[in-house]
Amino acid sequence: MTERILVAGNNAVARGAIQAGCKYFFGYPITPQSEIPEYMSKELPKIGGIYVQSESESGSIYMVYGGGLTGKRIMTSTSSPGLSLMAEGLSYLAEQEIPAVIVDVVRMGPGIGTGGQGAQTDYLQVTKGCGHGGYHAIVLAPASGQEIFDLMQLAFYLADKYRGPVMVITDFILGQTEEPIELRTLDFGPLPEKEWALTGKEKRGGKRVTHVAAFFTYQGILNYQMKLIEKYAEIKRTEVRYEKYLADDCDLLIVAYGSSARIARGAVDMGRANGLKLGLFRPITLWPFPVEAIAEGASKAGRVLVVEDSQGQLVEDVEASVKGRVPVHLLGMWGRHNVGGGGIIHPERVIEEVEKLNEG
Amino acid sequence: MKDKSSDVKKVTGRPDLRLLSLGMYCPGCHYGIITRVICEVIEELGVAGKAIGLAGVGCSFGGAPMTIDIDWTSCPHGRAPAMATAIKRIYPDAMVLTVQGDGDLGAIGLGCFMNALVRGENLTTIFLNNAVYGTTGGQMAPTTLLGMKTTTTPLGRDIQTNGYPLHVPELAATMRGVAYAARCTVHTPANFQKAKKSLKTAIQKQIDGIGYGIVEFVSACPPGWGLKPLECLDYISERMLEEYPLGEFKNVDKTD
Repeated sequence: MTERILVAGNNAVARGAIQAGCKYFFGYPITPQSEIPEYMSKELPKIGGIYVQSESESGSIYMVYGGGLTGKRIMTSTSSPGLSLMAEGLSYLAEQEIPAVIVDVVRMGPGIGTGGQGAQTDYLQVTKGCGHGGYHAIVLAPASGQEIFDLMQLAFYLADKYRGPVMVITDFILGQTEEPIELRTLDFGPLPEKEWALTGKEKRGGKRVTHVAAFFTYQGILNYQMKLIEKYAEIKRTEVRYEKYLADDCDLLIVAYGSSARIARGAVDMGRANGLKLGLFRPITLWPFPVEAIAEGASKAGRVLVVEDSQGQLVEDVEASVKGRVPVHLLGMWGRHNVGGGGIIHPERVIEEVEKLNEG
Repeated sequence: MKDKSSDVKKVTGRPDLRLLSLGMYCPGCHYGIITRVICEVIEELGVAGKAIGLAGVGCSFGGAPMTIDIDWTSCPHGRAPAMATAIKRIYPDAMVLTVQGDGDLGAIGLGCFMNALVRGENLTTIFLNNAVYGTTGGQMAPTTLLGMKTTTTPLGRDIQTNGYPLHVPELAATMRGVAYAARCTVHTPANFQKAKKSLKTAIQKQIDGIGYGIVEFVSACPPGWGLKPLECLDYISERMLEEYPLGEFKNVDKTD
């Protein structure tokens, strides 16, 4: 029987990565993700792996880039301001098509924000390509400890399959909450050999490999752009993931991801017990975004309430999906129970918002 | 007619590692000569098969991967030491080499470089100092000489506005993880030979696992300096070497 343990989400990140065969971690301390590098610094040497503490998140992402070039499974983790420092490197990873997994345990922003509070204020940053030049990374948004553990494994698979950075986004609540997880190994199928990996040419019979700026290697800049454009189109066709809960029979569709989706699910149960026909749509991939499924669900329900612990970021993608066909409402971070001192959005507050909408 | 080909002995020629790519450099640039130094040293040490090169941004960026027949990656501005760190840690048997210009290593990447030294990485860095940003059109570099005119110091570099020239191997020599730090040039045949010896020593330190090796090459940028190629040789002798003395600043067989 598969072992079950009780761990915090940050620990599930690290364990999920090791389960996926990741032995190389390059990171920098920042609250609220420091448990991840701490765990890796302790565990990786035991399995012949390597942990390096960089001088900054800029250092981390370029160690990830160098490590990714060797063909090994590589990762880093950080929190919001650190991700801003990594933005340049993410753009290079996308351009050079280097597989890597980057975890963002979101803290409230902008600016220095606060590491001791949850928030979902990095949605735009992670989904719109936070570096320069126009690129995408697949973004996975787990909502529980088990899902963190599972999606970490998926993240490494997708990074290898599509050759590029894959992001896993959690937050303070998910990172610090202890939940039971089953230590199961997920098999997603075979992957192609990494013939592009830098190893020294003797390992390839003297045939060298080079990774130089894309405009050198492609016959024309447009060919290189088209390759990425086609890859992103393929990902949009095949990798959209979401979960629906009572969403096919509701007159108000709540859209929420990550920790807010857990809260919204509680609100759906609470509402259903009181005669409110609520349903939940939870995007699991924030990019590619489940545009069609949300549009369909929204049309069926007739109206949408986005619940997110931010100023209103996810709501932009929901509105773009719904295209004005039904009204889209937002309950953002002002819905916290204690806005001045932190707080979280409670399910009761979501119900309150629903009732307000019902009253018109 | 008697076939004399068996009597012909090859005394010099293109190194095997030197790829027949298009000329990447301006007339009078020293990077082509430095390419030869790198090729000959790697060949003589017999490490081409395990060599992984990391080229910084600038004129070093396009040139090195296109002209030297080993594994290469180009790197974002100044980040080669971080990328090299991961590669070397994952493949300790590889010979990992960064090639970085003065803007790349000395300005945008100085923190990245210094932190690689702080960590005591076992790498080799070739630092190309031509005192200007060549690729972007001859702007001031951290190594621009005082009084030197560039496109962003039109009246000459002055201390008050732009501070002082940066001395990389002297700085590196103060770090405990550094095994070798030297400065050389290739502007005369004798100096070419010394430069080869320096680079060979630096790479040998890596192979022996002793520590970081840094070799600076003071080199010419005729368009950046607004001088003819031959005038550049005098400028190196008379001006550049006055600010940047040649020699070994550190050469140890043990770093702790």
